[in-house]
Amino acid sequence: MRDANLVIRNGVNVGFKAVIIVFSVAAVLPLAFILGFIAFQGISALNLDFFIHGSKPTGEVGGGILNALVGSGLLILIASLAAVPVSVVTGVYLAENRTSKLAFFVRWAVDLIQGMPSIVLGLIGYAWFVLPIARATGSGVTFSILAGGLTLALMMLPIIIKSTEETVRLIPVSLKEASIALGVPYWRTILSVVLPASLSGIVSGVLIAVGRIAGETAPLLFTVFGNYYFNADILKPSDAMPLLIFNYTMSPYDDLHRIAWGAAFVLVAFILILNIFVRLVVRRWKIRF
Amino acid sequence: MAEFHSLNSADARPAENKGGAEQAPPSFKAARGRVGRTRGRIGEILFKILLTGGGFVVLVIVAGILLSLIVNSVPSLAAFGPAFLAGTTWNPSGGEFGALPFIVGTILTAFLALFFSLPFSLSLSVLLGEYFRKGPFAALIRTMMELLAGIPSVIYGLAGTFFIVPLIQALEMGIGFVPYGVGIISASIVLAVMIIPYSASLGKEVLELVPEELKEGAYSLGATRTEVVTRIMVPYSFSGIIAGITLALGRALGETIAVTMLIGNMNAIPENLFAPGQTIASLIANEFNEAGADLHRASLLELGLILFVITALITILGKYVIRKMSVGGSS
Repeated sequence: MRDANLVIRNGVNVGFKAVIIVFSVAAVLPLAFILGFIAFQGISALNLDFFIHGSKPTGEVGGGILNALVGSGLLILIASLAAVPVSVVTGVYLAENRTSKLAFFVRWAVDLIQGMPSIVLGLIGYAWFVLPIARATGSGVTFSILAGGLTLALMMLPIIIKSTEETVRLIPVSLKEASIALGVPYWRTILSVVLPASLSGIVSGVLIAVGRIAGETAPLLFTVFGNYYFNADILKPSDAMPLLIFNYTMSPYDDLHRIAWGAAFVLVAFILILNIFVRLVVRRWKIRF
Repeated sequence: MAEFHSLNSADARPAENKGGAEQAPPSFKAARGRVGRTRGRIGEILFKILLTGGGFVVLVIVAGILLSLIVNSVPSLAAFGPAFLAGTTWNPSGGEFGALPFIVGTILTAFLALFFSLPFSLSLSVLLGEYFRKGPFAALIRTMMELLAGIPSVIYGLAGTFFIVPLIQALEMGIGFVPYGVGIISASIVLAVMIIPYSASLGKEVLELVPEELKEGAYSLGATRTEVVTRIMVPYSFSGIIAGITLALGRALGETIAVTMLIGNMNAIPENLFAPGQTIASLIANEFNEAGADLHRASLLELGLILFVITALITILGKYVIRKMSVGGSS
């Protein structure tokens, strides 16, 4: 009986491991599936015209993603310009004031922003940016790249804040001690010693945040809205890569589906390359102590 | 970690150079006071204000979001009160708004997705948290999991539209349902794939916190690896695993674009799991831009408020448990 029991337990042991491996591989397989299909469908849509033309009138074959590329580029630029300074300051604050009451609440607030559904941020973008910009420019309700970029900036905040906090925390205290001992004021120590030493962590945080917002659609629906015409004026609505993929996928036209696949390929390639770049290059710059 | 004290930390560090105690300051606070007595003083204060301001900004943003949502949904709050949650009719042209179909749709898709994702995410956490912690296989699976988490929602929607929808359509034809293709079930399947990396990575982290001594103790008593996992590791990190699942649920409740593309966007309580429906997030995505009447807009904002409050509570609950665990585990 004892032997039978052992055999069963060993059998269960082997079977359990097999089940774990099978389910785990099955869980990550969709990645290969999605990437493979996007590459298969997307590459055939790519050619020079695809990149240098905007959208064609509905029903006409052809057209490209230029509008969306320019729109997304401007959105990312505006979002980064708005988010990076604020979040680096907040990140340094959190790293330098680990035990204060305020830092405790700020950390919770950062988590709340991170957990917030993107569609809610879209509503906030409408209320905070679209309406005031419309009021300021005197036109009716105007969706704009500026409003979309600022909304996306809200999404970038928690990511950059967290990566900044983590990196600054790991700077050895001896480095700061050395600077202080030379008579350098605290603020100069932070600016000239701590921040440069944390650069790689901060940059990788920014790039990860860019990869996150590049594909965000929901916050753009009520802020940039989409535009069939080329636009590089940040006070006007524009198309963006995720918006284009969303709208074209939902349309009934095969040719638009083709463009959606092509755009998906470009977007995913951008995000993956960014991710790999962060892993392989940026994290290597890291000054080790 | 103990030696990485912040410059501002209140506890005074003993001076390292005991001989020169006269010069060596007992703490950096004192040192800074002495060094920057005149010119540095103002810069110092301004810099502190700037840093603290950076902290405040985030608080102000969160408070502002909550406030904006409440203020903007006042017309709807005043018109319907709590009955808003129980109303089953959503009729923008008639000015009648009830949220029940969307609450049902949201809960149904999110929990169904959670149910589908559980075997996969739990396996993945055990695989990465115990069986393969290092090595090329672990690196491959982990990288794939992280990349999966980085794929945008709209891409999941695109893949789901051209993959899952035809599959479900064929299934529906086979078993005699109306072959919509889009619907609760399609949205849940794609949602499940999307949340797997999230709960799996959190599960892996809490499983790694299980003390080696506990595991070794069980092994020394003759336990197999399976028994160590199921009777030692999982019970030990149970609250953390649940917290990870809770956070994944929060993700699923608020997910917008992929769901909008796959759920069929029908403003009614779904009759069965194959029927089209609508979640709170997809309703807002579909109707906010077209909402003309103030009451319509306010009703959508109230739904946004409900979504925000629910996900915020879930975030607080999940993060609280995880933080408590990681603090207890690493000290």
